[in-house]
Amino acid sequence: MAPQRETILRVENIAKYFPITRGIVFQTKIGEVKAVDGVSFDLAKGETVGVVGESGCGKSTLARLIMRLEHPTRGQVFYQDRDIFAMPGSALRRLRRNIQMVMQDPYTSLNPRMTVGDIIGEPFEIHRDVAPRGDRRRKVQELLDYVGLNPEHISRYPHQFSGGQRQRIGIARALALRPKIIVCDEPVSALDVSIQAQVINLLERLQNELGLAYIFIAHDLSVVRHISDRVAVMYLGKVVEIGTEDEIYGRPTHPYTQALLSAVPVPDPTARAHRDVIRLEGDVPSPANPPSGCRFRTRCWKAKPICTEQEPPLTAQQADPHLSACHFAELRHVVA
Amino acid sequence: MSSPEESTTLAKPRSLAADAWYDLRRSPIFWIASIIVVALVGIAAFPGLFTSADPKACSLDFRFAGPGPEAPFGYDVQGCNVYARTMYGARSSIEVGLFATLMAGTIAFALGMAAGFYGRWIDTLLSRSLDVIASIPLLLAAIVLLKRLSATGGSTGVWSVAFTLGVLGWPVAARVVRSSVISAKQQDYVQAARMLGAGNGRIMLRHILPNAMAPAIVVLTIMLGTVIATEATLSFLGIGLQPPAISWGGSINDNSAYVRTAAGPLLWPAGFLAVTVLAFIMLGDAIRDAFDPRMR
Repeated sequence: MAPQRETILRVENIAKYFPITRGIVFQTKIGEVKAVDGVSFDLAKGETVGVVGESGCGKSTLARLIMRLEHPTRGQVFYQDRDIFAMPGSALRRLRRNIQMVMQDPYTSLNPRMTVGDIIGEPFEIHRDVAPRGDRRRKVQELLDYVGLNPEHISRYPHQFSGGQRQRIGIARALALRPKIIVCDEPVSALDVSIQAQVINLLERLQNELGLAYIFIAHDLSVVRHISDRVAVMYLGKVVEIGTEDEIYGRPTHPYTQALLSAVPVPDPTARAHRDVIRLEGDVPSPANPPSGCRFRTRCWKAKPICTEQEPPLTAQQADPHLSACHFAELRHVVA
Repeated sequence: MSSPEESTTLAKPRSLAADAWYDLRRSPIFWIASIIVVALVGIAAFPGLFTSADPKACSLDFRFAGPGPEAPFGYDVQGCNVYARTMYGARSSIEVGLFATLMAGTIAFALGMAAGFYGRWIDTLLSRSLDVIASIPLLLAAIVLLKRLSATGGSTGVWSVAFTLGVLGWPVAARVVRSSVISAKQQDYVQAARMLGAGNGRIMLRHILPNAMAPAIVVLTIMLGTVIATEATLSFLGIGLQPPAISWGGSINDNSAYVRTAAGPLLWPAGFLAVTVLAFIMLGDAIRDAFDPRMR
């Protein structure tokens, strides 16, 4: 990591509860889905923070909160020390230039009725002061070239491209305004494995050349390990463990992280024979009615009465100094 | 760098519109309906090209006279040229149909978009008022409205009939627009535009409208047929277009009493009317089938 860490994004204790309502005309709230429940982390310039977790653990809601597509139930997100949820319209427009997102599904994230030129040129039309009108076509072609697409395909439609090419179009659109941060919400999970590597390499090249910071959301642990400087593991709307890539993959202390890592397929058969497989029982509890105390206790083999009564704080552990939220945190070596 | 993925492009049309056009080109119903519609619009626009006779030059000397070189369909009860009147009658039918549909479409798109896009109380308000208007029988309401118009001295020409039918006919299309706006609004590319900082206007016009238009256009095409039928019904009842305006409904009314002695003057305009209505409904149906993903 860079010697002087310059934080550009800080997420503080953010939470988003979605109301569960009943009735059509007179709606009454009968409960809440706690999609994200008190998540904090920060992101430095040029850094990649990976966010991993099972489906439904709140990863995408977290991304939508950072993009200001949802309003939080509580908590703040600071971009360069300014709360993004308190920003007036003009500041928000400037914020949009600095934080962009690459979406998961390249088949639905591009408007089928617009040409590639219109899709990538739209940021310039919305933020007219970024590029003068006559310059836009050239800028769009530069972007196409930059993400590895043929600049002559500017007037083609999205359906004329393959999934990997479409994801490149999405990346070019996110890059158009020269953002400082790109939130990648499972950017490769909809792609073939061979194409995944190409897109990941593209993202890494862009980071090196443009100094981008990424928030990289995925459920594929190997992909996250490859690209991330730091990794946050989420379970049921909370971060259960966060640390550098080495700490999370080499010295995990939270049982959930250990279980996740033990599920990663190992290609080497001899190594596979020796590894420590942890099988989790049961399903993820409903986020509408999460367990008391530690949220993982219903599936944890270490659970004791204290886990029901007290929620473990996310703190540095004796076993290893990175942050982990478990009463019985201890090292367990699961992957090489 | 893009070459390894290149081979998959353009192999087969994959967008919905391209697929739909691929289906439509192979649909005989689509072609038959299109040809009839184009021919009728041609007749309506330039009736003088299809007949040199004056539809208003009627003489009782020719009452129920048989077909002649100028009048291939013969003459009616007033001694008017049935062929000329049928050609000129197409104009009012098509005009009423187009204007009423255009008006209904404009209202439907504006209100359906507002309801679907903004949701919440705006949606509730618009949807419920839409339900109220949709629950009024079209013909009955049109009779009442047109009666009022003529009683207060207003003219009952093409415009007032078109206005009446447009004002009463929009709810069905508005419902369709609303539901397709709601589904388009949740698409990822709409979220992407929002994240770029696009305003509501841009999102509605550039992203939602083009992707929500197809189903409403189908409904409006079918509506065009029913509007023409309703106009003819109103004119037949003597409430729609009034003489000296020439309309199929009016001609049917004029000649309906003499169906046993001379069926021709009744059957020709009635036949044209039926074919026109059928053509628009078939056209809309063919387009709907082509656009319906469940049909493929």
